[in-house]
Formats: sequence, structure tokens, C-alpha cells
Amino acid sequence: MQGFVGDTLASALLANGVSVVGRSFKFHRPRGIVAAGLEEPNAIVQVGEGDQAIPNLKATGVELYDGLVAKSVSAWPSLRFDLLSLNSLFGRFLPAGFYYKTFKWPDWHLFEPLIRKAAGLGRAPTKPDCDVYDKRSATCDVCVVGGGPAGLSAALAAAQAGQKVLICETDASWGGSLLNCPSDVRGKDGLKWLQAITNDLAQNPNVQMLNRTMAFGFYDHNFLGLLECLTDHLPPNARIGPRQRMWKVRAERVILATGAIERPMVFPNNDRPGVMLASAGLTYALRYGVAPGQAIVIATNNDQAYRQTEALAKLGVRIVAILDARAKPPAWCLKRAEAAGIPVLNGVAPTNTKGRQRLKSIEVHQIDEKGVALPGTRSVYACDCLLTSSGWSPVVHLHSQSGGKLRFDETVQAFLPSKSVQEASCVGAAAGLFGLDQAIESGERLGASDVAPTSGAIVPLWQIDTSGLRGKAWLDMQNDVTTSDVKLAIRENFRSVEHVKRYTTLGMASDQGKTSNVNGIGVMHEALDVPLQKVGTTKFRPPYDPVTIGALAGRRIGENLHALREMAADQQHHALGGQMEDYGGWLRPACYPRNGENEDQAIAREVLATRNSLGLFEASPLGKIEVYGPDAAEFLDRVYVNTMKTLKPGRCRYGIMLSEHGIVHDDGVLACMADDHFLVGTTSGHAATIADELQEWLQCEWPDLDVVTEDVTTGWSVMNVNGPQARAVLEKLDTDIDLSADAFPFMNFRAGSIEGVPCRIQRVSFSGELSYEVSVPWAFGSSLFDRLIDAGREFDITPFGIESLMAMRIEKGFLHVGSDTDGMTMPQDIGFGRILEKKTADFIGRRSTMQPEGTKRERRHFVGLEVADGGPPLPIGAHIKGLQDKPPGRSQGFVTSSVQSPTLGRPVALGLVDRGRDRIGEEVQVWDLGRTRKARVSKPGAFDPQGARQDG
Amino acid sequence: MLNIECPWCGPCPEAEFRCGGESHVVRPGPHDSVSDEEWANYLYFRDNSMGIEHERWCHTRGCKQWFNIARCTVTHKIMSTYPMGEPKPLFEGLD
Repeated sequence: MQGFVGDTLASALLANGVSVVGRSFKFHRPRGIVAAGLEEPNAIVQVGEGDQAIPNLKATGVELYDGLVAKSVSAWPSLRFDLLSLNSLFGRFLPAGFYYKTFKWPDWHLFEPLIRKAAGLGRAPTKPDCDVYDKRSATCDVCVVGGGPAGLSAALAAAQAGQKVLICETDASWGGSLLNCPSDVRGKDGLKWLQAITNDLAQNPNVQMLNRTMAFGFYDHNFLGLLECLTDHLPPNARIGPRQRMWKVRAERVILATGAIERPMVFPNNDRPGVMLASAGLTYALRYGVAPGQAIVIATNNDQAYRQTEALAKLGVRIVAILDARAKPPAWCLKRAEAAGIPVLNGVAPTNTKGRQRLKSIEVHQIDEKGVALPGTRSVYACDCLLTSSGWSPVVHLHSQSGGKLRFDETVQAFLPSKSVQEASCVGAAAGLFGLDQAIESGERLGASDVAPTSGAIVPLWQIDTSGLRGKAWLDMQNDVTTSDVKLAIRENFRSVEHVKRYTTLGMASDQGKTSNVNGIGVMHEALDVPLQKVGTTKFRPPYDPVTIGALAGRRIGENLHALREMAADQQHHALGGQMEDYGGWLRPACYPRNGENEDQAIAREVLATRNSLGLFEASPLGKIEVYGPDAAEFLDRVYVNTMKTLKPGRCRYGIMLSEHGIVHDDGVLACMADDHFLVGTTSGHAATIADELQEWLQCEWPDLDVVTEDVTTGWSVMNVNGPQARAVLEKLDTDIDLSADAFPFMNFRAGSIEGVPCRIQRVSFSGELSYEVSVPWAFGSSLFDRLIDAGREFDITPFGIESLMAMRIEKGFLHVGSDTDGMTMPQDIGFGRILEKKTADFIGRRSTMQPEGTKRERRHFVGLEVADGGPPLPIGAHIKGLQDKPPGRSQGFVTSSVQSPTLGRPVALGLVDRGRDRIGEEVQVWDLGRTRKARVSKPGAFDPQGARQDG
Repeated sequence: MLNIECPWCGPCPEAEFRCGGESHVVRPGPHDSVSDEEWANYLYFRDNSMGIEHERWCHTRGCKQWFNIARCTVTHKIMSTYPMGEPKPLFEGLD
């Protein structure tokens, strides 16, 4: 096929004689191009191939380029020969709500794949999108949406008043209706006016002009989403840079100059290829130089088409007749038609169409003032194109999205914007001002809120009532919704316009009923006999036209979606063969498999090496929050379940923190550095959250406390030496801290220097071994890691990963918040009952632990689970049942942590079990996916329960 | 996206803030003299009114300071921002 520069895919298809561009959604009837803009319901295409393909574009919005490949999305297996056209023979069996009513038995899922295939609109590309998408934020004084005469005038007026202006236009060219139907502006040539104003704007430094840019959403506080198509109009091999760019615009004021969309006439078989909107037919002829047909009939109820008769005649387009639904068209219309030699018939409307792949003839009836076809007045016209118009609907989508109200205007028979909720106003046709001069004037005044339409008055013609005649009258061509569907829905008592939409699918899918909704509301108004204002419109939601996911995602794809943080010794972990994974946003080694080891083997080796001699673990992600000030101890006492006021300088204490709902929220070790200075440890994934929460309590609830907090998590890296040789290796390093057991006992904190840099050391242990957590300023973490590896060589120092640490803490029965607790776990469930009783002061969540739910006997306790059957580790998540219970039944808890213990050579597990602490020693069933095993409830801590090793 | 006037940083997009829910909710205490019902009201019951709502917000991706907002839940218009601890501002004819 061939086309011209400036063609759209739709104009090129028409020029090349293609009449059928797709098959309808439900009945697979052949369909042709109806519109010339984004309101097009039928010509839905998939453009491009492979990883560049974009499905569900309107052919009317696709600019032609060399080598363009497009496929109709609704024609399976092929466009012209369509298997599913059989459906249309069964048309009367497919009324509104058919799917809801019929495909219930025996199971919707049985029918779904076939229906989906038959109903599909486009195919999602199977390969990842190879294109790059950009995002940009902008602010401006005035954002003008729409580059037609009203929008351009508004932009110039604002810019000349010194305002910073951003104007956008979906089309490649500026001019809107002036391009489609050239007209005089204030007595002068419209295209010359257009040339002048676009030049003025382009030269004005206050103005940014974005063509090929659609405003798709109008959000709160004058925030707009724009989609700029940068290279879509170029052949794939000429595309350089991002394909599309999303603009996030915050404007002081928004001017909506979004124009209006014509409404088609609704009558039997109005979906035949060749039946088109009058404005579309004129646009194809006058803008693109494509005759929409060889013999054209225009059916209308308004003046618009008459304005262009002369221009059409000049182009040699043959118009057979104008059918005017009005009994008395204005005299000037008749004069114009007469001058162009076109016969006009008054008080008639089309009532049927004939032709298979293309319109061949139409039937016409006289109609009365209510739009009812009068029997016995039938006549037939041969034609291959019928252009229809039953009025205009302003594009109020963005106005409505922004919260603006609509009112139905009886003069122009359309929903017009009324009250704006935001700093926005509509101008031109978007405000119902269809006359060109009035539209421009409203633009120059930057608003038309108090201007009522004075021209364009019409009488309503929502449908041509052809009761007694055969054939369905289509409202929504994209979804195959007819007037009889809407009437059926109303008979079945669907009254709300929103319900009728969902039940009939009127106005759904990618065009969102741009050509069908208002006619549908008109049909509802007639059937329900209530005013249109009362029927109202369905809610307008963004986007105005579909936006690619790529543009919404922008650069946040792949690894940028969730950028992982690297630890201080990241390079070493990689060099040592660490199996790096995402743990709470940190890239950490799970373990370091050597010589073909699998994960379990590596973990076993690392655990044994640590327990027997020495292991090294980077714990830098551990949350570190400094709390400082005269009231620091009082503050922490209110935050933690544990009493913190009594903590002495140099001492550490384990603490758990609750949510205000009494649920275990976080835990960690707190170190007292001085009476007014604490170092709060949090779990690795939670550091930022806890830091924020501490501030929320301080600022909102306890502003009287004199405390400051600072999250220093990434200020200090932490190297954790574990195992019997932990002290020996540290003593080899140059430090001013006395590491001896007497001078620096378990659960103590010391600050000093190591290898010439400041350090903070905590003697705490999550492995159960003798353990020191050595913190140095982040930049020195990497060299400290190297020093320790070097010094530890004689002890066969083994770096271990987080999974090995987890194996060791499960052996020890140490709780891991989030693994061994859930959204119901309270401190009394995990062995903190005594501490609760002892502490008199209030703290976050305390009162919640005293609610009836917290004090009931049937609570789920944290316990150990021993496997007695010699089998493998228990599956995590497996349910606990009593020995007498018949599984599955009600769960009595579940396994929360489980591992094959390298140290003990048998499985160990932890779990939450109903009244678990009262059931120590009881044998229970462990049920998982239909299989049952036996286990014994025990105290947590299978290895070294006395804790002798960590105290060493 | 709301445009929120941070008292310290000026107007910034909503994405920089965290909403902490209704403000001026009084935490009852001391814990051993609060009834179950009173505590449940504090935890779970909020006004959720159609009209002016008072909320606390934090400029988490900015100065990290908490402050109060009076916002109309119908139009999303922000009537005022004011520091924590200050009483609710009154808006005649709106509340």
C-alpha cells in the first residue's frame, strides 16, 4: 500500500480502497472506519512487530511511515475470511448480559479460553519491550490542552500576559478543526490565521509547545499527565532516543480546549462499512484528500455539513443527497446546498443499509418530530458512503476527571462542563461553543464559564425509532451494543447509567464509548422517561486514551525497579563466590558455595567451621539508630517492652518493640553508650521504618521529650566474628579495647579504635557462639573485612552467609521477627509474659496486650518442634494438629522455621502452636499438603540451651 | 497527586509525603485505667467525614517533619497546614 506524508493509517487505508478494517467484538460483523480521531471504535490495530509491537492503537491516530506494519486486532484467523462471523447468524441469542446468564454451568472457566480468543482485542507482545521511555516533570502558569483555534488563542493570550505557558496537542499538526474543515477566521483565511498564530507562539519565549502529546489524565491540584510520542511516527530504523515521554505537569491554571466529538445516527444496520461520521468524511476529503466514497449521502440534524458543501464540490466529491432530519432546515443551508447542486430532503432519516463488505444502498423514511419512522414512506438510495451526524458532544473527559460537574444543555443537546473544582476552565467546543469565532473569543478570554452557547442549536435525535422494521441499531460498535440491549437492561430494572454500562458493556474497552455514550444516555432517557441530566454520565476516569505501560514505568524497569543496596565488602563477597540475593533490599550472600557444593552443603560447612573455630559475617545492614538527649532513656522505655531506664553505660540489652496494636513489631539489641546516648539496633529490613516511627512518636505524641534520633545504619559497617576463636582473631588486630572476658563480658558495648579507625564493638550473639559485632565507619568496612580474613587464616576463618546464620539461630531457638511471629503475635506468646508483669510503666502497644484477646488462654506460643521419625526437616508452614485430630480440620499452629541442623545432625524446627508452652513434650501431627508426620513440642533451643558458648 | 505545602520546604508533590491518618486523636492513658472500649475507640475508630478532615502528614522525602493538614475530602482542597500540637483551625460554614 501507498500513502502520503501526513497521512494516518486510516486515511491511507481508505485511499487504498480498504473498507473492512476489523470484525466486531461479539458478532464478528465486518466493520469499517467510522471516525478520523481517537474516538474511532472499529479500526483498532496492532502496529509494529516483535518486541516493538503496540496493540490496540486506533488507525486514525497512527501516523504513516515507511514500512509500517499493522494488523487488525479483531479478526481471527484473518480479516476477510472470518470463521467467527458464524456468530452473527446466532445474533438474537447474544443479548445483553449473555455471558453472565449462560456460561455459568458447569463452570465459567470451561468456556473462558474460547470466548477470550473470540473476543480478544490485540495480542500482548511476547518479548520484553526493547524501547526506552522517558519521564519529565514540569511546572507552568497555564497549561493549555488542545491545539485547535480556541487552545492556540488561549495560549497566545496567556503568553502575551507574561505567563509561562505549556500547550499540548495530540495531533502531529497544530490547528484542530481548522485542519479538518478549513474555515474563515474573522473574515480571513483560516489557514493563514493558523500559520500566524503558531509562528507567534513558537517565537514566544514564554511558551512551550508539545505536539504529538496527549493529555491523558487530570488529577488533583492541577496535576496533569501527558504522553508525548517522540519516535512512533518514524520508521523503526530511524528512531533515535526514547520512544515516548511521560510529562507530569503541575499548572497554576489549566485551560481545556479539547474540542468536541460528533455523534453518529443510530438506526438499523448503521454499522455497515461505509457509514461514517459526517465530520470524519469531511476530514478525510478536505485534510487528507481522500474521498470517503464515490457516491455519498449525508444524513444530519444540524448545520455543520452544509458549511463544507462548496469545498467538497470543488474537490469533485459527489454528494447524492443531504437527508436533513429537521422538518425545516435554515434557509442559508438550503441555499448553500442548492448552489452546490445537492438535493436536500427535509424530515427524513436513514432506516436501513444494504451491502455485504461495503455499503451499497440505504433505505430512508420520513420521520416525525420525535424521530419515529413513518410507515409507507420508504425510499431507497444507492450510495457507497453515508455520512451521519446527530449532534456534537464536547470532550469533557479531563474536566470531569478533575472533579468538574456537567450540566445537560437543551440548546445544543449535549453535556457541557459547568462547575470546575480546580483552577481550570474549558474553552471553545469543549465548552459547547461550536461557532469558530465564539470559540476563539473564549480562548482569548482564557475561559468560557459564563458564556452560554448561542449557535449550534439542535433538536435531539438519539435514535431513529423504527419499531416494526428489522435489524439492530448499533450504539457502541467496539463492544457490539445495540439500542435493544439498553432497552433490555432497563426492562430488567437496571436503572443507573453505571449499571447499564456494566451489564451491556456500553462504553467499555479502549474507546470508552466516545461515539456511543451520549446516544446511549439518550436512549436510556427515552426508555426511562427521565431528563438526560438525571440519567447523567458514567464516571470519566483516566486515561483519555490508552497509555503504554512502558511510558508509565519509564526508567524504573528491570534492576532499576527496586535498586538493591550493596554492602561495604560487596566486592569480597562476589570474589569469594557468595550466592548474592535480595534480603530486605540489600544484596547479601546467602552462603558461599565452594567446589560444586549445593546450598545445603555450603551452609553445613560454614556452620560447622564457625562452631568449631571461626566464622566471619558481614552484618552491615543491621539497623543502627542513635538516640540522644536528656530524655533518651525515658523515651526508649516508652518504646520497648523491656525496661531501658535501668541500662548502664557500656551495657547492652535485647529489646522487642510492639505496634500500638500490641503485635510484635521489631527486635534488636540496644547499647547504652552514655546516660543520655543510646545505640538502638533494629532488624536489617526495618531500619528506615523504625527510624521514621521513632520520629513520629517524638514529634506527634511526646513533643515534650528532649530527644534527637538519627538513623546511622549506612554510616557504620559491621563485621561480625563468631566462634571459639573470635576473641583470638580480634586480639591480633591493633585495638585499644580490652577484649578479655572479664573486661568485656557478654552483652556489653565498647567504643574505641581498631586498626587506627574509630570502632564500636558489641558482644552480642545471634549464632550462639562467642561473637563480636565490630562497627567501623562504612568506608573502612571493606579493609576491616580483608584484615580479619588475613588475621583469621591460622584459625581457618570461614566467611558465612545469612542462611548459615539462620541455621545457627534456629539451632539456638532464637526468634526471628517476621519469620517466627505473625500479625497476631504478642509478647506474652514469645516468652515475655514475666517482663510484662514486672514493668509498671506504659509503652507502645501495652494496653492492647491487656485486651480480652491478649489475655485469653488459647494463645499461640513460640516453641520448638522435634522430629521423632528420623525424616527430613519439617516443611515450613506445615500445620500442627493434635494426635487425635483428623486432618486437615482446624489448624493448631504451624512450623515457622525449619532446618537440617549441621551441628546436631538432625532436623530442628520452631513454630507457633496453640497453648504451646503448656504442651511441652506432647506429640503432635504435622500436616502438609495431605501428608502427615509426627513431631514433639519442645522448648525452643535445641543446641547449647544454657548459652555457655556465647558467654565464653 | 496532591500539592502539599510543607511548612518548612514549601509546596511539594504528594509522593514526597506520608499520610499518618487522622490527627488530634488523643491517646488515652495511663494504660491500667483505660477501659477496653476506650482503647478500641482510640485504635480503630476514625471520623472519616465528608468535608474537612484533619490529618497528620510527614515530609518523609524532605525535612522529615510532621505537621497537620486540614483537607476537604470532597474536593481534596487543602484548607491549611499547621504545626503539630496546635488546635484544629475552624472554617466557617464548611465543617
